Amino acid sequence: MSAVVSEKKLKVVGTSPDRPEGVPKVTGQAQYGADWTLPGMLWGKILRSPHAHARIRKIDTSKALKLPGVKAVVTGADFPEQKFEYVGAARVALNFWHITRNVMAKEKALFEGHPVAAVAAASPLIAAEALKLIEVDYEVLPHVIDVEEAMKDNAPLLFEDMIPRGYTPEATKPSNISKRVDFKIGDVDAAFAQADEVIEAHFKTAPVHQGYLETHACLVRTDADGQAECWSSSQGHFAVRNLTAKITGTKVADLRCHAAEIGGGFGGKTVVYVEPVALMLSKKSGHPVKIQMNREEVFKATGPTSGASMTIKIGVMRDGKIVAAEGIFKYQAGAFPGSPVMNGCMCSFAPYDIANVRTTGYDVVCNRPKTVAYRAPGSPISAFAAESALDMAAKKIGMDPIDFRLKNIAKPGTPTVFGTKLAFNGFAETLQALKAHPAYANPPKGKNQGRGVAAGYWFNGGGESSATVSVNEDGTAVVCTGSPDIGGSRATTAQMAAETLGIEYERVRPIIADTNSVGFTQTTGGSRVTFATGMTVINACNKVIEEMCKRAAKIWKIEPENVVWEDGSARPAGKRAGEFPPLSFREIASKRTATGGPITAAASINAEGQAPGFTAQFADVEVDPETGLVKILRYVAAQDVGRAIHPKYCEGQIHGGVVQGIGWALNEEYIYDKNGRMENAGFLDYRMPVASDLPMIEAVIVEVPNPNHPYGVKGVAEANIVPPMAAIANAVQNATGKRINELPLSPPRVLAALDS
Amino acid sequence: MAKQHVMTTINDNAVEFLCDMHQTMLDVLRDELHMMGTKEGCGTGDCGACTINVNGRMACSCLMLGAEAQGKTITTVEGIAQSDKLHTLQRKFIEHAALQCGICTPGMLVAAKTLLDKNKNPTEEEVRYWLAGNLCRCTGYNAIVTAVLDAAKEMRGA
Ligand code: FES
Ligand code: FES
Repeated sequence: MSAVVSEKKLKVVGTSPDRPEGVPKVTGQAQYGADWTLPGMLWGKILRSPHAHARIRKIDTSKALKLPGVKAVVTGADFPEQKFEYVGAARVALNFWHITRNVMAKEKALFEGHPVAAVAAASPLIAAEALKLIEVDYEVLPHVIDVEEAMKDNAPLLFEDMIPRGYTPEATKPSNISKRVDFKIGDVDAAFAQADEVIEAHFKTAPVHQGYLETHACLVRTDADGQAECWSSSQGHFAVRNLTAKITGTKVADLRCHAAEIGGGFGGKTVVYVEPVALMLSKKSGHPVKIQMNREEVFKATGPTSGASMTIKIGVMRDGKIVAAEGIFKYQAGAFPGSPVMNGCMCSFAPYDIANVRTTGYDVVCNRPKTVAYRAPGSPISAFAAESALDMAAKKIGMDPIDFRLKNIAKPGTPTVFGTKLAFNGFAETLQALKAHPAYANPPKGKNQGRGVAAGYWFNGGGESSATVSVNEDGTAVVCTGSPDIGGSRATTAQMAAETLGIEYERVRPIIADTNSVGFTQTTGGSRVTFATGMTVINACNKVIEEMCKRAAKIWKIEPENVVWEDGSARPAGKRAGEFPPLSFREIASKRTATGGPITAAASINAEGQAPGFTAQFADVEVDPETGLVKILRYVAAQDVGRAIHPKYCEGQIHGGVVQGIGWALNEEYIYDKNGRMENAGFLDYRMPVASDLPMIEAVIVEVPNPNHPYGVKGVAEANIVPPMAAIANAVQNATGKRINELPLSPPRVLAALDS
Repeated sequence: MAKQHVMTTINDNAVEFLCDMHQTMLDVLRDELHMMGTKEGCGTGDCGACTINVNGRMACSCLMLGAEAQGKTITTVEGIAQSDKLHTLQRKFIEHAALQCGICTPGMLVAAKTLLDKNKNPTEEEVRYWLAGNLCRCTGYNAIVTAVLDAAKEMRGA
């Protein structure tokens, strides 16, 4: 089956036009979360727990309320109680009993930085003063930070009544293990027994923060009749609306959320922190309230993704065939259940055809901020372990790492450990593209230099999206979607609309509508927007075309079935072919009043048929034996995107994902003191890559179109972050002969390995 | 405490404002003058999102007090374009997709312009080191470095 529009016919798709919101962004006019103000606005600030784990005995806010300029104070008691239940699909289940407590603690503070109270005041200074006047009586409790420690029988419990889910027979004793998940195909033990070689190794990764440059910020106003309006920086203003409505007890229709320009999210802005607090403060004070986190708050109380402890075992035959694989993945969830460990279990071996696989995951709570999605959530962590172990296996049998992977590649029809069969091509093409890169034939030969290869898999996403397309009398069109633009989706949706309608890109104006102005749309995440929102935009454009054809029929006084749309014009066809000259989009648009009134169409979709993203990458590094510093000499990343709607933005996604992966591999980590307090909550000590750390990242776009999307889109934003950690660890091994199985590969750790 | 009266020049305009002694230049720009183009990424001098040009030098406005603006000549991102004409750097940033989310862009542009004011023909390495104080989490810097080099080339008339 191939409904995909052939490449030869495309005019706008596959080009790289300027982004529609480019000028406001380069002139400082674009309005991000913190850039909104209203008359009479108050400043909200949040009081946070200084303790990693403490029972809250009492909160006395009376002194703060007496401070002149303070208009409202809220604590956990102000937020309605929520039912304890997990709702939604297992991979992304929500539990509002937890969510509301993450926004504002009730019985216990579970991590340093956990919100315990908030104030709204006439100035930021007064708000800060007021926080100091709030008296919280804490009973400090023993805490636990490390995942292995948290799993021990005698570990301090975050929730005294949490019985682990996913055990047979059912578990009976409370534990920090929230859930165990396992997947299995084949007879793993028998296959290991037959393997020529068995590799087994243990790996650790550190939690890393999404690191968006824009801190969380929002402005909320409320009316006395219960209506409210919110401007905030998020990846999904519909999610902000639904979560905030539930947490604050507001009717969904009464909360109108606007998507501010977003200053980076990478998964971290798919949840709410400040919006429900600002809403409660606004309700209590009767004023609009703005809350803007500072960077320290972002580090201590938002993000990160899990750190993990993992064991991988791989059984391989001498000819290179992998016969068995096993992964045990223990992921930190942070203070509340919900790490991406299930994704880790599913993605780790997904690119490979292995008949016998077992993966087991543990979701473990500990006294750290609750983890949130980070680009391909869960997959990079397990891939670090799996792809490092694959490298060990390839070395052991003396095979080139790309050939080794090609030999074991999953193809359409290959069963996965999670039950379904792989349905799409793309991985072989991606590996071959990497191998064909001119530099692959010339690995670095200098002293202390080496190369590492790794691959990655990500599901990509579909789901619910809505759009409306309105045609204007001058032949322009406005495309409204509900998808916040975090990676260039305004441009790509405008391109797909222009392509479908047959008009120039410049005549399409893409807009992100607020929650009361367009149909429900899921969060921008999972690399779903160009696929799913793109499809709904295309559907709406096709409805517009249908209407345009009807209008042309009316003008020509012929039957609508004898009108076709070609190249942006209506043409008489069938028995009427050639009777009239074509009518262009613009001409029909200008005659709308006389032909039946406004031309507009809405479409909504729950998109299915998304195809996974594959990537294969290599890193060339040089290790300084004196300092342990790993320098990236060259980095090449090939990725199957389906079809690149906007090739430059596809490259940009690959560059960005790879560099985040480089930071994850080399520097980024949370450092805690013995009291469970984060010691590096700032960009100076939590070191993200800067321009001078890096070479130009070389992106190779592979296009194996997705047959389920009119233009072949798969998705591009996430798979790219999956391989860098393993690629770099493999390269360091190659350069130094030392394999380091714990991230980050920071200078002290590398130096210690060199000295060992 | 009495407020400080400050007279300064911002983007070629004479500007007067009152500020608290503790207020940073970043706070003054955003909260008093409503110039929201300059961004806060950290407030501690570690990210460069708040970069402005003060008397020809790059400065983190989050580390400068509003009162220090007295008598200075300041350029912010809002002052880079000439009326409705974008600066070459701004055009090249859009053209090369040197911005994704764009939150680092105001600081990047001010930093890059300060570099090109001094050095018309920087090497890639010079650009990378000059911009090392400006974090970007989206682009991996490829497109930013390319845009700056290309802008320099066009401005040299090469
Ligand atoms: S906000 Fe000034 S350097 Fe980050
Ligand atoms: S474009 Fe987002 S931080 Fe640079």
